[in-house]
Amino acid sequence: MEPSPSLDWVALSPSSLSADELTTWATRASCGAVVTFCGTVRHTSHEHDDIVALEYETGEEMAMGRLREVVAEARTRWPRLGAVAIHHRTGRVELRETAVVVAVSSPHRHEAFEAAQFCIDAVKDCVPMWKRELWEGGSAWSQDGRDILNVAEVPEVASVTGVNGAHDT
Amino acid sequence: MARLVLFGPAREAAGASTGEFGGLSIDEVLREAVARYGSNFADVLSISQIWMNGEPSRGSVAVGPLDEIAVLPPISGG
Repeated sequence: MEPSPSLDWVALSPSSLSADELTTWATRASCGAVVTFCGTVRHTSHEHDDIVALEYETGEEMAMGRLREVVAEARTRWPRLGAVAIHHRTGRVELRETAVVVAVSSPHRHEAFEAAQFCIDAVKDCVPMWKRELWEGGSAWSQDGRDILNVAEVPEVASVTGVNGAHDT
Repeated sequence: MARLVLFGPAREAAGASTGEFGGLSIDEVLREAVARYGSNFADVLSISQIWMNGEPSRGSVAVGPLDEIAVLPPISGG
């Protein structure tokens, strides 16, 4: 995938995601903090403990539009962010593989942590995406579906700002 | 004819990913879709959100031949 020349990079990908690539891309001279989150395929769900893969289905245009809205909302809430990337897999993703990567950079760590958490929460709450759970001998749509929120409705995450404030890295 | 697009559990329940329907409103299109696709689809539809042309919408909105109506069951990305 061609890296984005701007400070925003959203993508849907049918092939493996690289947290290293996004971390490197998000690293900027003006930023002393990069927070990278990976959502990975685990073997348990509400119904099963022997999951071998997930299969993601989406409507590309709708999902890309929502991913761009998530990034725009993050920039509204944390105006000092540097680079923001959200990449999500489509199709079959094997156990332990990465299904989603968020990478956020900022001058200091607090807003990078907060914005990265907001981005992954907003992906789960706002982006039209459906996952099918596959186990040995069967498969079914995930039972943990949630109603789609507008991006502005995603709740504020708890602040991780420490007693020393947000002026160190 | 408006175009209906179906995703995830809605697509599976209907046995189709797209369909063309007459109808002057979203509600009318969806009534026709239930008549064509049956009760399993109706069950999924009852818990789904409806978007038109990529934005959230609602049943009373008028539809034209170029409109695309999407049935979006509860989501599970991430």
